Amino acid sequence: MRPLAGLGRTAFYYTPLLIIGLAWEAMARTGILPPDLGPSPMQTIAALRLLYTDGDLVMHAGISFWREFAGFASSCVLGTAVGVGMARVDWVRTVFRPIVTFLYPMPKSALIPLLLLWFGIDHMSKIAAVFLGCLLPVVTSAFNGARGVEPQLIWSARSLGTSSTAILWKIVLPAALPDILSGVRIALSVSWLLLVSAELLISRSGLGFLISYTGESGDYSSMFAAILVVVSIGFLADRLFLHVIRWVLRYRDFTG
Amino acid sequence: MSKIEFAGVRKVFQGDTPNPVVAIDNIDLTVRQDEFVSIVGPSGCGKSTLLYLLGGFLDLSGGEIRVDGRAVTEPGPDRGIVFQHFALFPWKTVLGNVEYGLAEQGMGKAERREIAQGYIDMVKLGGFEDTFPNRLSGGMQQRVALARTLACDPDILLMDEPFGALDAQTRHILQEELLEIWSRRKKTVLFVTHDVREAVILAERCVVVTARPGRVKTEIDTSSGKADGAAIEKKAEEIWDVLREELVRT
Repeated sequence: MRPLAGLGRTAFYYTPLLIIGLAWEAMARTGILPPDLGPSPMQTIAALRLLYTDGDLVMHAGISFWREFAGFASSCVLGTAVGVGMARVDWVRTVFRPIVTFLYPMPKSALIPLLLLWFGIDHMSKIAAVFLGCLLPVVTSAFNGARGVEPQLIWSARSLGTSSTAILWKIVLPAALPDILSGVRIALSVSWLLLVSAELLISRSGLGFLISYTGESGDYSSMFAAILVVVSIGFLADRLFLHVIRWVLRYRDFTG
Repeated sequence: MSKIEFAGVRKVFQGDTPNPVVAIDNIDLTVRQDEFVSIVGPSGCGKSTLLYLLGGFLDLSGGEIRVDGRAVTEPGPDRGIVFQHFALFPWKTVLGNVEYGLAEQGMGKAERREIAQGYIDMVKLGGFEDTFPNRLSGGMQQRVALARTLACDPDILLMDEPFGALDAQTRHILQEELLEIWSRRKKTVLFVTHDVREAVILAERCVVVTARPGRVKTEIDTSSGKADGAAIEKKAEEIWDVLREELVRT
């Protein structure tokens, strides 16, 4: 009964979205919304089915996924290393802190043209955009997490026989993990936004390209379908990641 | 036979301020093998700092600390510590916490599980092996911390106001348990507390530290009359009288 009740709650939570969709469909069919404003929800879904069956959607989505994964994963690894390094090693902090402070408020999308110039129109420029978008949230959260580790946790481990270098991954990393994961969650949504922007701007493939290509050729139903896919993936990725976080940090569930 | 020697120990905290803080200055103290020594003093007098220096967690600013005649340079499993706020690894279960030190010594899984189980049973936490610390009460968490430290079988037990964060009943029970453990497996114990009664009940000798910069003011023998309530009160009063002079100075 419990999973069913959970499903019911979820359905209830998203009911307003469903109502908006139905209202939109109704207004399109009765002519309240002029047809040149764009396709109705049902037309979008029909276009989505077509995009899926002819393979375009799967191909472009696959390419976007690959770019997102490559940039995101490398950024998480490097960002954690730099952030933890900054917290624990004086010279690393001296070198990176001004760079991070300077780059933090910068809109990363401003870098996209530069990345295209450096890395070309294909995968590399998109991976670089994702990488840069993820990096700072991960670095700052890893830095804050690692800096906030209670010295007494470290001392306990030291007196139980852990060497000062092993402290880094046996104590500092797990203790900073909650902070790191919340930074990674922000990075995930920022990077998806940057990836689609970069693909929209100049690209020959990917979901962002699919949006701009179908839009430019006047196939608005397909364009809406591609937008719907981009939004859904962003949403589902965040939900999924939230569940992963909850599972990894399940030891904290019991705090009152 | 002295187990621990503090000789002219000095600790200055430089910090970011222009005025460095002299936490403790010229501490001389000798502790015998298997002796239970309590350290009391006004808050901020550096009594915890004394433990951290012996633990090897902080660097000395002057003097020397010797354990078995060898100078302390870094932390080691011969000196176990229990903190006021437990400092358990929250991402590890009770068993994971108690096993941790044994795993760090390179002990195999089956063997360390068996030893850890013994200590978990000793602190009466059987049945909570797979529970995460956040789910336990303060008293239970401190029992886990005690088991974690004892599992490595350290020669020296450093206790930094270990029962200070607990309610009165839990504190009383844990004091009794600690005494029972200590009587069964002798260890050299340094016990920092601000509770003079606790010092009398537990320790054989009470070291009173002055207000900052901390120095040894006096040492009071607390080895006798443990079973007698009136004698405990009288001894506590004696320590309190010495301590009061320091408290008014802060």
